[in-house]
Amino acid sequence: MGLKANYLREVKAFQPSPPYAANAIKAFLVGGALCTLAQWLAEWHSRLFAVSPFAAQLWAVTVMSGLAIVLTAAGKYDDFSQFAGAGAMMLMTGLANALASAAIEHRSEGWTAGVAGQMLKAGGATILYGIIVAYVLGLFWP
Amino acid sequence: MKRVGKQTWVFDEDIYIRAAATAVGPLEADGPLGGYFDIWHRDLYCGEETWELAERRLMSEAVARCLQKAGVSAHDVDLFLAGDLLNQNATSNYVARELPIPFLCLFGACSTSMQTLAAAAAFVAGGLADTALVATSSHNATAERQFRYPTELGVQKPKTATFTVTGAGAALVGRTPGRWRIRAATIGKVIDAGLTNPLDMGAAMAPAAADTIEQHFRDLGTSPSDYDLIVTGDLSRVGSVIVRELLAESGYDISDVYNDCGLMIYRPDQKVFAGGSGCACSAVVTYGYLFHELDRGTFHRLFVVATGALLSQTMVQQKQSIPAVAHGVVIEAAKQEPDSLP
Repeated sequence: MGLKANYLREVKAFQPSPPYAANAIKAFLVGGALCTLAQWLAEWHSRLFAVSPFAAQLWAVTVMSGLAIVLTAAGKYDDFSQFAGAGAMMLMTGLANALASAAIEHRSEGWTAGVAGQMLKAGGATILYGIIVAYVLGLFWP
Repeated sequence: MKRVGKQTWVFDEDIYIRAAATAVGPLEADGPLGGYFDIWHRDLYCGEETWELAERRLMSEAVARCLQKAGVSAHDVDLFLAGDLLNQNATSNYVARELPIPFLCLFGACSTSMQTLAAAAAFVAGGLADTALVATSSHNATAERQFRYPTELGVQKPKTATFTVTGAGAALVGRTPGRWRIRAATIGKVIDAGLTNPLDMGAAMAPAAADTIEQHFRDLGTSPSDYDLIVTGDLSRVGSVIVRELLAESGYDISDVYNDCGLMIYRPDQKVFAGGSGCACSAVVTYGYLFHELDRGTFHRLFVVATGALLSQTMVQQKQSIPAVAHGVVIEAAKQEPDSLP
């Protein structure tokens, strides 16, 4: 069967497939390293300030988000994400990047219509579905 | 001027490109063709406040340099034809605002370079303009923001994705003799192969490019060996292989004379995925590098086929497929008397 006669099917042979195995390994290693770092931060904070493990975890997540925002502002997060793939989405860093990148992008349209109005453009769906899933799970594991 | 076959215009009278100029961003200046561009900028903002203003500046600079090279005042130009990728062709409209020239705005996505050039040649040949100015531009950040995601959003792009060229090209078409002659143009049909992935536009555009190239050969009775170079606009690593395969199935082997502007403008190590794309891709490669090679005598006759994915964010989100179009223009070095197009 010729390419022209059956383009939609035959063209797949010309489209390079994603390196699934390499992507999975990189995501596992980078995501795992980020989680380990956050866990270490949480434990260190918990010991240092003698706060509850939950408060320490919140603090660790905040630090990780802050790091993601700094990397986004420096223009490095997209490079990091291209390498790490799903590994870059661990621990709120993906959401922090989505909000920060949209805010930076729309700064040229001003603070209200631009930054505030467009900030949730890329991350809004994550927040909405996050709330829905948390609510549903909360029904079963209160 | 006459129409030959179904879709091809042949310019028997002498229609010249009197001057051409290009302006590019940092990555393009750093690429293998960097030395062939007229104006280059060290950063993506090109000294402006926003990326949209930067793109406008690139087009303004290309237009000004083109007129300067031709030694023509904007007041003496009869028609300005331009287009870009932004909504409402914003860059072109705002550049035209500064020019005392009647303006026709054209949109053909990344096919705009050859769309405007073919139209300008037809207006000049038809006697509706003595001198027509064409321009097109694209900017990596304005295109990313409009068609894809916020620039700094961390998403893993596939190998099939292309990288929008930051730059602008302008050319002045007229009857006054210049170094390059427009011999023919083939206006493409809109072809929709049914693909829906905006991160694989090479595969979406290849059927349109193949259709226009094949139609051109049929209309004129030519074959690939009649051209020194057949170059597509921005099919990239993926689409350039497909277009060769599609044409081979139709009995035309273009491999020996074929290249793609999207593969020429960047080095392989510049992290541009499958290659360059955008209106400026074919414009700056043709008006910068290829015209220089015509002057040097490396090539005598070019067939430049600019390829456009007529992508609309709204349509893609509504699960509609991506239509594509390709327009081709035959350009020759004007040093010698024109040998007849077979």
